Amino acid sequence: MLRFLLGRVALIVPTFVGVTFLAFLLIHLVPGDPIEARVGEHGISEERLAELRHEFGYDQPMWKQFVDYEAQVLKGDFGVSVVTREPVIKEFATLFPATIELSLAAILFAAVFGLPLGVIAAVKRGSAFDYGLMGLSVTGASMPIFWWGLMMILIFSVTLGITPVSGRISDAFFVEPWSGFMTIDCNWSDDEGACRSAWSHIVLPMIVLGTIPLAIIARMTRSSMLEVLNEDYVRTARAKGLSGMRVVIVHALRNALIPVVTVIGLSVSGLLGGAILTETIFSWPGVGHWLVESIARRDYPVLQTGTLLIAVLVILVNLGVDLLYGFLNPRIRR
Amino acid sequence: MSATQAAPMPGRLALFWRSFAENRGAVVGLALMCILITVSALADVLALHSPVEQFREHFLIPPIWQEGGLWDYPLGTDDVGRDMLSRLIYGARLSIIIGFSVASLALITGTTLGLTAAFAGGVVDIFIMRLMDILLVFPSLLLAIVIVAILGPGLFNAMLAVVVVTLPGYTRLARASALAELARDYVTASRSAGARTFRLMFDTVLPNCLAPLIVQVSLGFAVAILDAAALGFLGLGAQPPTPEWGTMLSGALQFYQRAWWVLALPGLAILFTVLAFNLVGDGLRDALDPKLKR
Repeated sequence: MLRFLLGRVALIVPTFVGVTFLAFLLIHLVPGDPIEARVGEHGISEERLAELRHEFGYDQPMWKQFVDYEAQVLKGDFGVSVVTREPVIKEFATLFPATIELSLAAILFAAVFGLPLGVIAAVKRGSAFDYGLMGLSVTGASMPIFWWGLMMILIFSVTLGITPVSGRISDAFFVEPWSGFMTIDCNWSDDEGACRSAWSHIVLPMIVLGTIPLAIIARMTRSSMLEVLNEDYVRTARAKGLSGMRVVIVHALRNALIPVVTVIGLSVSGLLGGAILTETIFSWPGVGHWLVESIARRDYPVLQTGTLLIAVLVILVNLGVDLLYGFLNPRIRR
Repeated sequence: MSATQAAPMPGRLALFWRSFAENRGAVVGLALMCILITVSALADVLALHSPVEQFREHFLIPPIWQEGGLWDYPLGTDDVGRDMLSRLIYGARLSIIIGFSVASLALITGTTLGLTAAFAGGVVDIFIMRLMDILLVFPSLLLAIVIVAILGPGLFNAMLAVVVVTLPGYTRLARASALAELARDYVTASRSAGARTFRLMFDTVLPNCLAPLIVQVSLGFAVAILDAAALGFLGLGAQPPTPEWGTMLSGALQFYQRAWWVLALPGLAILFTVLAFNLVGDGLRDALDPKLKR
């Protein structure tokens, strides 16, 4: 087990170096350099330009810049935004909980509805429900979520007026950040209705971001269940005279869950991509929204670091899924 | 070739069709796909107006079935008086072109890389596959956004970005199927008969790896259209007044209270197009890849 663990951890080292190199390269592929790109149109003097370049280290040779960059990254120093001059990591850390809260809510929403729907479809294979659900699931998986979000706003916020359009909570409430999750922190607020406001803000983005995972989970659960329901041990359980429900939930679902959990774990990357669009539509103050805005402001260090940190997060989650999978399924430990 | 030898060919096709048509969703998808391709081929005939012509006196006209609709603009007009239907029709053409160019470029590049990795082995294999692993670590939309942010916004750069982010899928698939084929006797036979590596790669092995790649292309069409539209929506893809569906949506944001059609229609077009290619992809997988059959 230890060998398996160390092997998997060692495998991510080259990936990590590659990812930092790519992130480093990206910023140097910008025509001119980040300073020029940022201040180009303001027409500042050559001297000031050279000064700024020196300040951000862009006057050094390429290889030296990369070595410095790698060393800085390993120390946890990710540079400063060329717009706000704040350390990028600090801005990231303030915005990150909002993204995590939204992503977790979306994946929970998807699992809570997707698992039972998939199980029912598998049990009632070939029924109208099964066909209907599979049709909906392929539609959900094809959804342009940026449009889906706009339609949700159009229906629920504009026409019916039951949910707010943007943000995490109404400005009327003050919530002390403690966990960073608005839906948790609101419980300690002195104001009545803070939680109501927080939940009504998150519900639409959660559904929008959760739609594709919901479709995928329902489909995966169904096919995984169909496979398991044919297994001998399920037949044995039935033959023992156990009730249908018990066989499905206890014997079949438990085994059908392994591939589903893996898929959920591996969908983190896609989820974060979707979060960029969802946050943009709902003005959700998370890292996705921040990254998109950094492009308009030509704040390349922010774009570089934000991308890098998200990639590192994906590496770690994938590693976690990998280890968990090895833990659950001893056969793949080599 | 005598008639008796030729006979099995249609049989195989018919067999394929039977297998494909078993999946009713796939047939619906294929029908949608045919409609789309027809519409985009006949865009010049079908569209009532130019997609960029502005009828300033007729802005935000609702669709025909709503009060105030005009027959001249069956699906209404947008905020500067461009005919929605014509824009959607030309948008279909653009989407098909995007899907086709992106999927074929990614297929060609990815297959070449994958076959090279499988045939060369060793350092080359490790290098190519590690690079693909690294690309896969980034959320694909984020990577596409970063690439476009660097190259500059525009349809061409957006398409290039989508090629890069979809490349790992093709590469991995081509490598895996090539490795499986390489162990087979016919490859050894061909090699000992003196076939050169290049010929072995593309003439002997590739045709036998096609089934999963064909499925991937159909699904790749869907991803390409979706991602290009997402980039357009973020203002990084096709630029106005190009009638790209995602770009149309980004301009429509401010009118959602007054003109639902400006917002709803381009998105529905994207949804149905992506759905069509996904359905066909599922059907192809069922028909071509018996291993994955339920």
